[in-house]
Amino acid sequence: MRGLFRPYSSSDSLRSDRSAGDRLRHRRKVRKSIQENIVDLFAEESIIGKNRDKIIKVPIRGVKEYRFIYGENTPGVGQGDGNARPGQVVGKTQEEGQGVDKAGDQPGVDYYETDVTLDELIEIMFEDLELPDMERKTLREIPAERISKREGYRRVGIRVRLDKKRTVKRKIRRELSAKRMTEGAGEEWDEKKRFPFHQDDLTYRHLVEGIRPESNAVVICIMDTSGSMDTMKKYLARSFFFLLYQFVSTKYRNVEIVFIAHHTEGREVTEEEFFHKGDSGGTFISSGYHKALEVIKDRYDPILWNVYAFHCSDGDNFESDNPAALKAAKELCEAGNLFGYGEIKPLGSRYYESSMLNIFRRIEEKNFQAMLIERKEDIWSSFKAFLAKDKTAEPA
Amino acid sequence: MADYDTNDLEYWDAKICEKAEEFGLSCYPQEFEICDHFQMLGYMAYSGMPSHYPHWSLGKAYEKLKTFYDYGVSGLPYEMVINVDPARAYLMRDNSLALQILTIAHVYGHNDFFKNNFTFKSTRAEFVLATFKVHADRVRSYIEDPSVGLEKVEAVLDAAHALSFSCRRNSAIRKLSRKEQEEQILEAAKAPVDIFGRIHKRPQYVEPDLHKVPLQPEEDILLFIRDYNPRLSEWEKDLLTIAHEEAQYFIPQVETKIMNEGWASYWHREILNSLGLPEHLHLEFLVRHSQVVRPFPRGLNPYHLGLRIWDKLYLQYGGTPRTPEEESLIARMEAEDDYTKPHDIAEFSSADEKLFAVRMADRDVSFLRQHLTEFMMRALDMFQYEPLGEDLVVTKVSDRASWREVKETLLKNIGMGSTPVITIEDADHGGNRILFCKHAHDGRDLQLEYAEKTLAYLFKLWGHEVVLQTTFGNKHVSFMYGDRGFSTKSVK
Repeated sequence: MRGLFRPYSSSDSLRSDRSAGDRLRHRRKVRKSIQENIVDLFAEESIIGKNRDKIIKVPIRGVKEYRFIYGENTPGVGQGDGNARPGQVVGKTQEEGQGVDKAGDQPGVDYYETDVTLDELIEIMFEDLELPDMERKTLREIPAERISKREGYRRVGIRVRLDKKRTVKRKIRRELSAKRMTEGAGEEWDEKKRFPFHQDDLTYRHLVEGIRPESNAVVICIMDTSGSMDTMKKYLARSFFFLLYQFVSTKYRNVEIVFIAHHTEGREVTEEEFFHKGDSGGTFISSGYHKALEVIKDRYDPILWNVYAFHCSDGDNFESDNPAALKAAKELCEAGNLFGYGEIKPLGSRYYESSMLNIFRRIEEKNFQAMLIERKEDIWSSFKAFLAKDKTAEPA
Repeated sequence: MADYDTNDLEYWDAKICEKAEEFGLSCYPQEFEICDHFQMLGYMAYSGMPSHYPHWSLGKAYEKLKTFYDYGVSGLPYEMVINVDPARAYLMRDNSLALQILTIAHVYGHNDFFKNNFTFKSTRAEFVLATFKVHADRVRSYIEDPSVGLEKVEAVLDAAHALSFSCRRNSAIRKLSRKEQEEQILEAAKAPVDIFGRIHKRPQYVEPDLHKVPLQPEEDILLFIRDYNPRLSEWEKDLLTIAHEEAQYFIPQVETKIMNEGWASYWHREILNSLGLPEHLHLEFLVRHSQVVRPFPRGLNPYHLGLRIWDKLYLQYGGTPRTPEEESLIARMEAEDDYTKPHDIAEFSSADEKLFAVRMADRDVSFLRQHLTEFMMRALDMFQYEPLGEDLVVTKVSDRASWREVKETLLKNIGMGSTPVITIEDADHGGNRILFCKHAHDGRDLQLEYAEKTLAYLFKLWGHEVVLQTTFGNKHVSFMYGDRGFSTKSVK
């Protein structure tokens, strides 16, 4: 009895590429599954306004291989270190299956994480969304940044741009031709003799300067932070703002984001405060709009900036404030590309709470959109409806 | 880079083979292929088969393995060996020489097990590679067929994979033909022999329904659908057969994981200890060996559990203790009243003979049922855990009162025990071609989401409504899947 050994051959490693097709089809399924769960995903992490290269962990719930298996209430057997006692906690149930270490040996539980950059995620998100290409007004494109581009090579230049490889190549070429010349003349070529670099060998990279036109946009998130806005409502609002910000970011190079919280008084806040701090008290919607107008006036001149403003509220405004709110809303429409109002009313509550939707119906501006968000599933459809109103997208 | 070349491997392989034969292992011819981690990942995803039909789930397996490997969650195995004749094993190129020697010896252990254990008899190792290749070719031909195509093929395979392990578990029990089943039923319908027949009222003869399909509850779901759904086209039937046969190939491995890994670990240890390895190789072997067979805290390492039981069997059947630990183990077993001489000890001339007999005639469940004793359970500190809210909590330990329950739970969860038993009872339920199935409930409920989706696949393959009767949350219920989707109904 003897074993037969097949030595390693690296060409065989190409064979592992037989999985390429299967991997591709699996990836497509994963992508589809991410697309379906996208609303859940962005609600979980603070990713608004984050760098688009940021890598986020996306739990993949998607591509399960179903078969009959036993449920989670099935007891199991493990091995202790000699001190197992009843009542000891030995792990977590797989409900939300965070544990990677367990996922491997539990065939039934397909739950693992994949790393996706925010950029990819957004690409996936907008993949199925057919939107009119938002036109940027030439006026709003401003020269933003001076950039340097490589363009060809020069004999002269500064030291840092010396292209060593090309320089050496030139030297070798010169050396070879010198050798051939010498030998052609019937003389002996001395290999040992030093053959130095010459001024002519030096090659420098050449740079040209250019100007990149920049398009700017600002997303103004206005949210009612009065006492009546609970966590669920904020969560819905947040999802919407996230979508808006990400969408605008795909269209403009330079996007800024402003958070304005208001109850009876509007103020500019950080993202953290915006989503996590609750205020109490009543609501003057107009206060938020006035603050937004003020910010636009101070920092984001509509001539240079594309302004996208969106307001989320539960519509529980003081009656006396309604006319002022209406007026300010019209002004915001004037100033921006798009202004939207989303009324967040978790399912059922709209029957007993007051609403701004009726009042805003009086706004005739074409770039205004008011919508009702009752649950998570509404966000995507409202978002699509909102963008359809973009002022710049209208035929000239 | 590697501290060996092929000559070294051949040199040690010759020595290992010599020892293996001396110890009495009986192996298929063995082939080794040295591969890098890409190739290893590829082989793992495709269950070691050089040729396998394409399916996205294999791409998923590959990605998962690769992600785990890239992030260091899990390493790659040192080797992989598949049950074919001649046996094929893949060795990682990056292993050190000591590790290669260990894995070569380990591979011969598996090889012997594949060749001799009864569960593997039905896999017909000499044809496996060819069968997988033919399957792959056929699936590819359907994919290339313009009237079928990739999407339809994958959809049928998705459904077939979902049900491929819902099949007969014990291939050693012969499946009866329809004729034999009829005879059995007619036999059963006869009145039992009654010696007081003359004074008893004559029992009424109920004629058994011989037209019922299936006659007796049927476990091979895919094959049943293949044979009894007339609307399936030939290629669909073929895909069901392929999926079924592939599952049949894997079941013996699922059923003998603990024995098999324990057996290979037992023999690699014995072989390497007898090789007279140079000191530096021997030290590394000791380290690697204890890494492989160490207990996983809170889990179950089949290498560890299997090896411990084989060691215990060896001692029980009169094997000479090989280490001071084994001597003290005997002492402890005697003290714990667990060291009764086995009743069949006289039948075996040596401990090894018993080991070889067990490796031939047992599977994990029978192996553990017979040889995992109270003392062993306690020595291994085995416990039972159950979910309590978000946590898994130890509910029973192997003390005198509850070790049996812990053991029963373990036996339920190993091998095919972790796959629910589903049988087809009636293919024409209520005269409506409804497929009526039963889940043999043993205290464990089905996972609802998985049951729903799997029933959807069953519905797709059967083409008519499907009903599954089970117990869920202490209630008898029927899960149904039909044109209008999933529904449940409680049953009286």
